[in-house]
Amino acid sequence: MISAGSLQRAVGRHRSRARLGATCLAFAAVLLAGCERPPVESVQRGYRGLGMEQVYNPRTLAAQAGINTPPPDSPPAPPGGPPSSAVFKNVQVLGDLGVGEFTRLMVSITSWVSPAQGCTYCHVPGEDFSADTLYTKVVARRMLQMNRHLNNEWKSHVADTGVTCFTCHRGNPVPPHLWSAQPPHQQASALLGNDAGQNRAAAAVNLSSLPYDPFTPFLSGSNEIRVVGGTALPSGNRNSIKHTEFTYGLMMHMSQALGVNCTYCHNSRSFADWDSSTPQRGIAWYGIRMVRDLNANYVDPLAATLPPERRGPLGDTPKVNCTTCHQGAYKPLYGAPTLKNHPALLGPAAAVIPAAASQKP
Amino acid sequence: MAEYQNIFTRVQAVAPAYAGVALARGERERAGPPLHLHLLGRLGDAQIGPIYLGWFGLASLFCGFICIEIIGLNMLASVNWDPIEFVRQLPWLALEPPPAHYGLQMPPLNEGGWWRIAGFFLTASVLLWWVRMYRRARALGMGTHIPWAFAAAIWLMLVLGFIRPVLMGSFGEAVPFGIFPHLDWTAAFSIRYGNLFYNPFHMLSIAFLYGATLLFAMHGATILAVSRFGGEREIEQIIDRGTASERAALFWRWTMGFNGTMESVHRWAWWFAVLCPLVGGIGILLTGTVVDNWYLWAVKHHVAPVYPPVFAPVIDPATLQGVRP
Repeated sequence: MISAGSLQRAVGRHRSRARLGATCLAFAAVLLAGCERPPVESVQRGYRGLGMEQVYNPRTLAAQAGINTPPPDSPPAPPGGPPSSAVFKNVQVLGDLGVGEFTRLMVSITSWVSPAQGCTYCHVPGEDFSADTLYTKVVARRMLQMNRHLNNEWKSHVADTGVTCFTCHRGNPVPPHLWSAQPPHQQASALLGNDAGQNRAAAAVNLSSLPYDPFTPFLSGSNEIRVVGGTALPSGNRNSIKHTEFTYGLMMHMSQALGVNCTYCHNSRSFADWDSSTPQRGIAWYGIRMVRDLNANYVDPLAATLPPERRGPLGDTPKVNCTTCHQGAYKPLYGAPTLKNHPALLGPAAAVIPAAASQKP
Repeated sequence: MAEYQNIFTRVQAVAPAYAGVALARGERERAGPPLHLHLLGRLGDAQIGPIYLGWFGLASLFCGFICIEIIGLNMLASVNWDPIEFVRQLPWLALEPPPAHYGLQMPPLNEGGWWRIAGFFLTASVLLWWVRMYRRARALGMGTHIPWAFAAAIWLMLVLGFIRPVLMGSFGEAVPFGIFPHLDWTAAFSIRYGNLFYNPFHMLSIAFLYGATLLFAMHGATILAVSRFGGEREIEQIIDRGTASERAALFWRWTMGFNGTMESVHRWAWWFAVLCPLVGGIGILLTGTVVDNWYLWAVKHHVAPVYPPVFAPVIDPATLQGVRP
């Protein structure tokens, strides 16, 4: 027979055990709050046992797959017909195209860049198509030149896969991933509180406390990225740890932009050593130079063309970084050969200084 | 019925407060009536006080307060005195050392000057606390093992924040005051000097760190396991080896063929713990001053193995001719 007292004690013990269990659960939840839920898949990329692995979360990949789907496309128009320059006026870049292919490209651009706004995003309704009334048309011309330039001159990075307007725009008039120079952080006091350009939960560097603007020095400017010395003993390499943090910040950006780990390009036992790096590191090296070239020669000169609301807070053109094309994928659109159907974007590149729109918006 | 447990004991003996051993003549007595806290008694001794702070203790706390104040106000100013942002971003905020170009000169206050001042007061605070520890140990007629163990940690701190930066000629080499920022600094430090894992003193430091925790776990477990035989009265067991000591020794001889003694295990643990920051500090001191790239150093001395290639040879594009810069 169970006495009332012992029953009470048993219930009490049960309650305190439940409370302990709940506390442990809550503690575990707090501890694991920052972790990703399994499964996480890892893919070996180097010699066994060296941690040369890529880590993928299938849920993240599934969420990204939609963004990285190439648009429906058709083969190029059959050659023939008069060149577009003979039919249309003021065709500065695509004059060598046949009329059929020219018209097809215009339709494609509309679906890649301004599917909601249509032709009127660049052409004023009722006006002749040749008029450069809208700034958007002037920018589009510049972008076509940039597109041809990089498909021709930067095969070291884009290979024959190439890029089209869609690679960056993905159906948006302004590519969703751009960056622009930011004013220095407002400081309440000149006497203290200098954050030295770092120590914020900055999205650009994956919420680390690394320098929050690694783009200006490395992707707009051409500052040296390498910090590690080439000799075992000191031989004059005076690169500081702060410089290293900037380089580290840029690498965090690249890792985020491509959705890969450090070991996609580097063997982490020596980040500097080329002998133990993967071929992707070389491709990325050209990519950095390509971005610098595009920003300096095609994007920055557009600042005068753009209306103020399209410029950054310091009046510069929103610029390109790795995310602009890659958008979380190791290759933009997982390497879909979108250029194949648009040889017009591979045509000869000619440098043209952008004219201002004839009518300022 | 009350039961005796080893970790969180439910039994608390309530007795008159213990004032401590008598001090030598001329020493100041400890102040304040002691009090008992039941909750503390669940973890350790329930008695708090009497307290002796002394001039060194007071000076140390004062310097520590100034240091924390300088760091905290700089962090708060960096989020424009917004208390909510201060709490939200606290782990990211920091007081940064001066930029490298100031070298060892005193920089303006807002470009590392505050960092130098905070570092001075932190060092003063820690050294004063060391003096206090040493004097309290002597006052009780104890050995000075605890202050010397503390000194090992101070050595590592001074190497990181003062000795190495001075040798490198730049306070920009030193560590920022901040939670995540000092971790980012650590990673950047390792990358800049070609991977600290190839630094043999870093290897030793890790061995002593993990070794110390292993020894602590083994010793703590052994004593708890024989506490039913009076094993926690270790000193008595050292002087007059009883059944607790015999059983503990026999256990380790059975399981690993060798056993430390009731006395020697404490020397093992002390040296492992102390050597961790001692050799770690040597490793930091050599980095940048004597060795610039630990990976290449390890290759040169056949420490880093060569693995079979998996990819086609990769050439640094910067070394190729005719490549756009």
